[in-house]
Amino acid sequence: MNDLQKFEQEHIKKLIAEKKIPDFQPGDTVRVNVKITEGSGKTERTRIQAYEGVCIARGGKSVHQNFTVRKISYGEGVERVFPLFSPSIESIELVRRGSVRRAKLYYLRDRSGKSARIAERARDDKRNKPEDTSSEAAAPAADAPKPEKAAKAEKTEKKAAAG
Amino acid sequence: MRTGLIAQKLGCSRVFDENGKHVPVTLLKVDGCQVVAVQTEEKNGYTAVQLGAGAKKAKNATKAERGHFAKAKVEPKAKVAEFRVSPENLIEVGSELCVSHFVPGQYVDVVGTTIGKGYQGVMKRWNFGGLRATHGVSISHRSPGSTGQRQSPGRVFKNKKMAGQMGNVQRTMPNLRVVQVDTEMGLILVEGNVPGHKGGWVMVKDAVKKELPKDAPKPAGLKGKGKPAEAAAEEAPAAEAPAAEAQA
Repeated sequence: MNDLQKFEQEHIKKLIAEKKIPDFQPGDTVRVNVKITEGSGKTERTRIQAYEGVCIARGGKSVHQNFTVRKISYGEGVERVFPLFSPSIESIELVRRGSVRRAKLYYLRDRSGKSARIAERARDDKRNKPEDTSSEAAAPAADAPKPEKAAKAEKTEKKAAAG
Repeated sequence: MRTGLIAQKLGCSRVFDENGKHVPVTLLKVDGCQVVAVQTEEKNGYTAVQLGAGAKKAKNATKAERGHFAKAKVEPKAKVAEFRVSPENLIEVGSELCVSHFVPGQYVDVVGTTIGKGYQGVMKRWNFGGLRATHGVSISHRSPGSTGQRQSPGRVFKNKKMAGQMGNVQRTMPNLRVVQVDTEMGLILVEGNVPGHKGGWVMVKDAVKKELPKDAPKPAGLKGKGKPAEAAAEEAPAAEAPAAEAQA
């Protein structure tokens, strides 16, 4: 690792110190809580606005990582690109995992309604499986609740095992 | 007038400031930046400090260089450069400079050698339009066209933009803001671009056209013996100024 990479890793560590970014992929539905500053001077105040949609792309490396979230707002397609580590993102929630076969889901732009749906990813999807055996053993325990929750639980376990 | 620092360009990155704003930065690394020689009014007719940075194997240094570095009792340096300073800002030979020389928020000028593009035509070098693709133009689609008038003046004016060497010249990027200073890793983060390749040597000095902040250490931000002073510099850089003066 050269000095530049080292610096970027340190910077990332600082940026995500008080928040956790879930492990999400294109196809997943995410809710991004964005900090919005209104007014200026004395009247300035910040509030949180949620932006929920399908992540259709992830890009960049290291501190430059970003992701694109697409949603249909009042019948109009809207896409927003967020820097993954931006401090103006209060938190990111993983709502639903989707099963897709592309890294970039730009084909969704030409689709609407039924054909724009994304199937939910199964729990035993190989991309969803923890790599090391220690958390795999613990995973079946979380089977009972809703698949989403299980997936989440699995993720957290994976993180704990890694950390 | 304070001395500057010799740094190595590491490349570009981004940082997010406290307001969550994205700031594009260039990372400059200062490593082993020591005073190699001092030019004084009596001896040389002007005052300056000669700095050296980086490391060079002794076997690769010429005999003259080895003698010069030995006189200053410093390791052979890969890059040597001189900075004009005012007499009160002269620094002892052998003392090592630290990135705390610059304070965040201040402006600096960065001197470096631009990336060489080789011998280039006028379209790339001066953004000329070239000639047309069709309508009888042959062979000379990228030519400069006419370079002047007729019998009067009968010559091409000086400074006419023509083909030639592009890049690989010394350039100064003025008024770059220092975003952050990392004393541990020896990094200076300046906002924006800096001339040259990654790994290229650049000279960082206080901006000529901006005022120097009061808390900038004088005569210079020193390393080593100034450890406590350095720590103080991070909290209250103003406190370091007299301390550094006492050292010099």
